[in-house]
Amino acid sequence: MTEESLMPDPADVGPETAPGSSLWSDAWRRLKKNKLAIAGCVMLVLVVLSCALGPMMTGIDPESDTNPKRANLPPSVTRRGPDDVKNPDHVLSEDKPVSYDWFGTDELGRSYFVRVLKGGQMSLLIGLVATLASVLIGVVYGSIAGYYGGKLDEIMMRVVDFLYGIPYMFLVILIMLMFSDTARDSPLPIFIALGMVQWLTTARILRGQVLTLRSQEFVEAARVMGASDMRIVFRHILPNTLGVVIIYATLTVPQVILLESFLSFVGLGAGLTWGLLASEGLSVINPVESYWWRLLYPSIFLALTLFSLNFMGDGLRDALDPKTRKE
Amino acid sequence: MRGAAIVVATFAALVLIAIGLRVGWKEAGVFLVGGAFIASMLWYPPGLMRVVGSLLLAFFLYVFLQTIAGPAVGVVIALLIGALAWRFLPNRVHRRIGFMVPSMVLLIFTTTVLMYEAPGSPFAQEKQTTQQALEAQAKKFKIEEDAYSFFMTYMKGLLAEGTMGLAVKVQGRTVEQLLLPALPVSMSLGLLALVIAVVLGLVLGIRAGVRPNSWADYSSMGLAMVGISLPNFVIGACLLIFFSHKLQWLPVAGWGSYKHLILPAITLALPYAAYIARLARNGTIEVMQQDYIRTARAKGLSERVVVLKHALKGAILPVVSFLGPAAAGIFTGSFVIETLFAVPGMGQWFVKSALGRDYSVVLGTAIIYFTIITLFNLLVDFAYAWLDPRVREEL
Repeated sequence: MTEESLMPDPADVGPETAPGSSLWSDAWRRLKKNKLAIAGCVMLVLVVLSCALGPMMTGIDPESDTNPKRANLPPSVTRRGPDDVKNPDHVLSEDKPVSYDWFGTDELGRSYFVRVLKGGQMSLLIGLVATLASVLIGVVYGSIAGYYGGKLDEIMMRVVDFLYGIPYMFLVILIMLMFSDTARDSPLPIFIALGMVQWLTTARILRGQVLTLRSQEFVEAARVMGASDMRIVFRHILPNTLGVVIIYATLTVPQVILLESFLSFVGLGAGLTWGLLASEGLSVINPVESYWWRLLYPSIFLALTLFSLNFMGDGLRDALDPKTRKE
Repeated sequence: MRGAAIVVATFAALVLIAIGLRVGWKEAGVFLVGGAFIASMLWYPPGLMRVVGSLLLAFFLYVFLQTIAGPAVGVVIALLIGALAWRFLPNRVHRRIGFMVPSMVLLIFTTTVLMYEAPGSPFAQEKQTTQQALEAQAKKFKIEEDAYSFFMTYMKGLLAEGTMGLAVKVQGRTVEQLLLPALPVSMSLGLLALVIAVVLGLVLGIRAGVRPNSWADYSSMGLAMVGISLPNFVIGACLLIFFSHKLQWLPVAGWGSYKHLILPAITLALPYAAYIARLARNGTIEVMQQDYIRTARAKGLSERVVVLKHALKGAILPVVSFLGPAAAGIFTGSFVIETLFAVPGMGQWFVKSALGRDYSVVLGTAIIYFTIITLFNLLVDFAYAWLDPRVREEL
């Protein structure tokens, strides 16, 4: 190394001027190496786009577009002609150019393709909203407990421990039942119920992060310079926890979607979701006559989404966590 | 500090007022007293904590023992163990007990309040709708008007008679008769599932973590992620269709022989295996960059020995702390799996009782769940201290 290269370049001295070495560009560089995480991102975008646009583009209503003559048709790629099916009634009338039978039909003759995509909208929405709610509560709660520490922290964490001890199934089911009269057809109760259950973990993790951050030198420096508690938390501590929050949010979405599918299995779901379609599909699988497509397609979409989210979350963790950083 | 405490206290007061307005002031009062009692223990001096901790332990043991051994023997054994606990247990454990026992009472109360807030009653589906018949039913099953009186009646039954009440939906059975035979079923299934989850998770996670972003990593994690990328009823159904219907290797459903255990245990284990693999992978990546691994390699140890002797320990620590909360879920069974495979376990009662508003059964399952989760958290703390000397110092 020459003498010259040891001298700091004047342009690099400032805190924000060093190009290409910020936390985020560093993380992005590492994330790109993880092919699975990138594949997950791409897959997720595809699923979200098809769920968001698909039902609209077909112009078919997933609930009311019934046709008893076309009940329980297996999937077909082409438009059905009279020779394709035993019962000629299964053939579409001439005015419908496309049959959308790619995923088959359900027992009321509704296009399963449209239903699966429409169900995805609700599943993804639940995952997103319940996660946002739980992250918001968890961050506020966890950072108060972690920043002030002491007895306040102990009391607040005991509340979390206590809530952990209540079986989450009760919490979710009882909250759902409480709203069952007032808000029958809205997804609001399910947002509340799932958010209530999920915030505990976020609070615990955030508290641990804040606890380690608050005793570090840069926080001390800010305090010495007379920054208020609010300023320290919002400007110095929380930005440093952003990575962890993003990771856990990414990993909470699949958990929430799975919990919703469990609720659909029990019969308390939020209407048309992948969970509902899969549990309906499960009930029509039997050795005598199996309508396998009713279980297969919602499961494929669920698996694609959840795989993508899980791999993205893990990839982000690898990329952002300084402890797993490879030199 | 003071400002934050005031904000939190104000928030807690608002929650209590909301409970008072929505549920009733008596209930809010119980929350206030219970919460204050648990919180006040933080300020107890060690000597007082020892006394309160061992008294609470004796109290808990008495309630538990009197159902098995009768009140007289129960008092003697409980006091004896309480005295031993006072003399020998470390202060940390006393603090834990001081939190656990009152929390359990508060848990029973909270669950009761939630149940009474949900619309409907245990007798909603009954055919006999006359007022008198309903009242007679309510009297027989000790279903009270409001949450507070139900809680009082329930606690009286629990403390004085050692009974958890009658199940409404399963005629002629007490909650103990309903849940206690189901518990060993769930426990044995859970134990097998736990073993599968730990072994599978560790193998896949360590394999992935030794060489991150390689094909070994992708394939191991891809396999591990199946458990948390599909609902367990889909996984269970696929296993059932493949192994029981297509290959006919394993029975379709039921309980009795070891063959009945395999499919439900795998289905139960897969989500936990996924979490364990993720934690083990992270732990391994972290540990493989430590200096002592470099030393071990420099000594000329084979990669196998480096991984098995040194990296394994780093991978296990995060897994151990996950096992505490996971154990409660895994040992109390799962509604989905028990429905799918017709297993007579405990998990079904969590859902059935809540849906059927079978108040005593709900409380019974809640008590068992809370006991298991607290015991395992305690166990995990000790295991952690045993595995990691740095933590041992802090105890």
